[in-house]
Amino acid sequence: MNWINNYVRPTINSLFSRRETPDNLWTKCPECGTMLFHRELKENQQVCGECGHHMLITPRERFEHLFDGGIFTEIEVPDVPLDPLTFKDQKKYPERIKAAQKKTGEKDAILVVEGEIGRTPIIAAAQDFSFMGGSMGMYVGNAIIAAAERAVATKRPFILFSAAGGARMQEGILSLMQMPRTTVAVQMLREAGLPYIVVLTHPTTGGVTASYAMLGDVQIAEPNALIGFAGARVIEQTIGEKLPEGFQRSEYLLDHGMLDRVTHRKDMRDELVTIVRMLMGMSPPVMGDLPAPKEAAETPDQPAEEK
Amino acid sequence: MANYLEFEKPLAEIESKAEELRAMGRANEEMDIEEEAKALDKKAADLLKDLYKDLTPWRKCQVARHPDRPHCKDYIEALFTEYTPLAGDRNFADDHAVMGGLARLGDTPVMVIGLEKGFDTKTRIERNFGMARPEGYRKAIRLMELADKFGLPIITLVDTPGAYPGKGAEERGQSEAIARSTEKCLQVKVPLISVIIGEGGSGGAVALATANRLLMLEHSVYSVISPEGCASILWKDAEKMREAAEALRLTAQDLNQLGVVDVIVKEPVGGAQRDRTAAIEGVGKALKATLKELAKKKPNALVKDRRQKFLSIGSKGLAA
Ligand SMILES: [Zn+2]
Repeated sequence: MNWINNYVRPTINSLFSRRETPDNLWTKCPECGTMLFHRELKENQQVCGECGHHMLITPRERFEHLFDGGIFTEIEVPDVPLDPLTFKDQKKYPERIKAAQKKTGEKDAILVVEGEIGRTPIIAAAQDFSFMGGSMGMYVGNAIIAAAERAVATKRPFILFSAAGGARMQEGILSLMQMPRTTVAVQMLREAGLPYIVVLTHPTTGGVTASYAMLGDVQIAEPNALIGFAGARVIEQTIGEKLPEGFQRSEYLLDHGMLDRVTHRKDMRDELVTIVRMLMGMSPPVMGDLPAPKEAAETPDQPAEEK
Repeated sequence: MANYLEFEKPLAEIESKAEELRAMGRANEEMDIEEEAKALDKKAADLLKDLYKDLTPWRKCQVARHPDRPHCKDYIEALFTEYTPLAGDRNFADDHAVMGGLARLGDTPVMVIGLEKGFDTKTRIERNFGMARPEGYRKAIRLMELADKFGLPIITLVDTPGAYPGKGAEERGQSEAIARSTEKCLQVKVPLISVIIGEGGSGGAVALATANRLLMLEHSVYSVISPEGCASILWKDAEKMREAAEALRLTAQDLNQLGVVDVIVKEPVGGAQRDRTAAIEGVGKALKATLKELAKKKPNALVKDRRQKFLSIGSKGLAA
């Protein structure tokens, strides 16, 4: 499986970058301490070139790499009532939302899109951990339902990239109710006979893991991602002992039979194309460089410039 | 009453005064204490009514966790006949936090499944304080499948602080087990009725409470996180649980307004722990009425309505 390894990312990616990345900035790899050029990190999809550590990647940046020609179209998510419980802790919930929107430039903690990967039409969603910890509230629930409905309407597979600390406490019971709601979305896909692939990324925990993120037909994880239900600290307090090395990490879950595969980010697109095309009964993937699909290229989606 | 909650202290004082007075009366026959004791009884009754008239969310949490409150086992023993427990997940173990089996409600054979906390040290340990492990949820799935196959309505009784946060539980796929149990709840073609009888703790409760109709006892709670947990995360201070309980909207009354809870079952004055029989009877009545209502629905309609119910949640806000 190396048909796409030499694939050169089209320059169109740079058109979509949310902010200009100054070339003279460095990031220190939290794992091995190597100083990494921002530009180099971006080319490597936020993976450390030295030790292979997978850093957080925004949904938009991930999709720019994932889709043919970096082209994708956003799927509209039905609006949700802002702050349904008028929740206030030390800060008001709407203030927290506004701060997260400002920080990320996104509406909420998930992005739902459609496009082609290796000439395979798909629906994809990715959670944004930098938006209030990727937490699942009504918007995220609606987004997953919208994605499933769109997948059913267009007969496309649905690929979900999870990243979340869990349910969004500020929406109280309404966030908890996204567990059954998103499960209904998964059932829509099942009944339509469409593949539902989950890619678990760092970190995916709590109510998200305990609902749609564990119900995929195929469960793939990025290396060393934290995946679990309860937090390690809570578990240590409960059982009164230290947890083993690598506990709740991708490789540990794979060992315990909880995942199908652990796959490096650079190989992910390749693998997704392969799996999805087989499940959909499609011909083997087309080799080589794949620019944007024609129709999409004529009406490019440019959300980045609008906000 | 052996167990008073913190906010019931003034009540405890009056009741113990009345008791002392009566003890004195028994010791000394010449003393006429009855009138005074009766006045104290009246005072206590008024205070009890007053205390429970408008419980704060945090007080409701305390009542919902009250050790004398009837638990899953009490409801099963009192409300059902021919209860025949069924055990095990056929893979790993039998989780005693989840109890369930065949039983009759009136004449109707049903599958009853519930989370049981235990009532003393020994049974609490045996039941793991009502915190299920993956095998518990997988046992529930198995029982739901059995009920579905033979067309038996499913009744679940929910009372849990949450799913068990343990090493083995994680290794055996706690999240996957919860997700599959929720999924099973949404798939079955039989009526599924849930009652939150005490604590509805987060995902560990959702796994069994994704029902056609959700009933909730008047002073029980259902929440995405415990007030203590929420306080320690958002307030960075676990002592702010009162504020957190307030903010989370975890009471039956708020959840009913939000369209999450369908029926609120009244509790006796002073909570289910003060009159267990009356509380259990109230639940029995509500269950029978709900079962009768759902019995008219066709299998596919039950699935469709259940899904629609959850898809619609969120469209109803709280009354100002
Ligand atoms: Zn590194």
